[in-house]
Amino acid sequence: MTIALDDGGFATNRAAAIRAAEDAFRARQARARLRRRILPVAGIATLIGVWAALVYILKVPTFVAPSPQLVAATLVGRFGILMTNLLPTAIEAISGFLLGNAAAILIATVFVHKKSMEQAFFPVVVLINTIPVVAKAPILVLLLGNGMEPKIAIAALICFFPTLVNMVRGLESVNPQSLELMKVLSASRREIFFKLRMPNALPYLFSALKIAASTAVIGAIVGEWIGSTTGIGALIIQSTYNFDSAMLYATVIVGSAFSVLFFLTITLIERLVVRWQPVAAV
Amino acid sequence: MSTPAVDCRGVSVRFINERRTVTALEDVSFQVEPGGFTSLLGPSGCGKSTLLRVVADLIAPSEGRMSVLGSTPEEARKARALGFVFQDAALLPWRTALENVELPLEVGGRRSLPAGAATPRELLALVGLEGWEGSYPHELSGGMRQRVSIARALLGGPRLLLMDEPFGALDELTRDRLNAELRRIWAATGATILFVTHSVYEAVFLAEQVLVLSANPGRVAALETIALPKDRSLAIRDTAEFVGIASRLRGHLGSVH
Repeated sequence: MTIALDDGGFATNRAAAIRAAEDAFRARQARARLRRRILPVAGIATLIGVWAALVYILKVPTFVAPSPQLVAATLVGRFGILMTNLLPTAIEAISGFLLGNAAAILIATVFVHKKSMEQAFFPVVVLINTIPVVAKAPILVLLLGNGMEPKIAIAALICFFPTLVNMVRGLESVNPQSLELMKVLSASRREIFFKLRMPNALPYLFSALKIAASTAVIGAIVGEWIGSTTGIGALIIQSTYNFDSAMLYATVIVGSAFSVLFFLTITLIERLVVRWQPVAAV
Repeated sequence: MSTPAVDCRGVSVRFINERRTVTALEDVSFQVEPGGFTSLLGPSGCGKSTLLRVVADLIAPSEGRMSVLGSTPEEARKARALGFVFQDAALLPWRTALENVELPLEVGGRRSLPAGAATPRELLALVGLEGWEGSYPHELSGGMRQRVSIARALLGGPRLLLMDEPFGALDELTRDRLNAELRRIWAATGATILFVTHSVYEAVFLAEQVLVLSANPGRVAALETIALPKDRSLAIRDTAEFVGIASRLRGHLGSVH
């Protein structure tokens, strides 16, 4: 008995050692967390610092490139104008996003159920997708006039293709054994679609939606380059012609900030909807 | 004698593709008694999974006649008389364990269980997963996922349970435990079981009857009745009778090459 008890304090030492190792691990984790938060901020700060230094040292004229301080001042001073112009762009981007993705999901559903439709019309979709946005824009302005419609159409078209391709893949890439299970259960095509294909496609769909969130904004802005008087795109053209570089940069920053916000919103919705993880075979 | 649970007469299955025609099964005949436990044993590629899919109405035979529970495979499938357990558990990853077991009640025109049938919760308890109802497949181990898929196959009290190498991808210890539990589940449910495996030990331990298939093309090499006591523990695998049967079956497998 005494031998078992008297281990020279070994058990106590070991418990202390484990505690110390656990504490060290937690401290390392906390440091890593802090690093993850600070480093991106440091990266952006460095970029702005280099920018400010270059403009100052090389004495770059303001009409060529503004200093970050000037851009910041413009962002604050002309916030009202910037927001007034963001509104139409945001409406066009969001409408185009909804329209383009809804069409893509619908057509992907048709393609999966009717192979002949896919064979007939997929080449057409690819063909339209090869036309650059800047070339689509004038065509659509001629077709749809000078209002919001052509911008929405461009934003929709730009979202459409990635979502269609991803959605078709998501709907088709179901586990073959899950498909056999549905057949053993005598499930109808409709049940197979809603219970198996659709949920299976959701992760693919969200990858496409995240791409679409930023490209829809690009589409709307490019649409506004042609004969538009309001919107982020119009403001970019105006400030370029006026050599108002500070306003140009401020506009670009507002457009990017909106894109990022749009992307983050979709990411948040994805986290709420797609709570599962794919499972590898047993 | 009662109607066999499975009556397979002269079944052949051929797959045709651009390069060649593959005969997966050739002139296969056998019967399974109601309530029996039959193992389909054979090397990979011998068509044993194909045979199981002919029973489940997933593949139509090119020749011959397959009769399941006294009717055609299609009628048996539509009557929900069949349960199928796949090699990959084939759980839907966006559904919890309980929701996966409930799936058969949401498709194929079924909305309720037959009177007296075990509920999804009871079936999860039967396969030893009480308390895991709300877990998602990615939170479960491979063995647990396969238990969920067995519970799902048992929903509605199928008279015939078809199992396609369900434990093939599991580690040996998990596999042993699930083998013992499957014997218990078989006794508890009274269902007829058709079990595909390429493990001689598994085939002998589980079944009352072992059908040995040869490969290229798949033919019946032997049909062996396993004369072991009904109540089996894993220790039975060390007995002389068990070793004798296993080596005889291995002989059948060897002779087919």
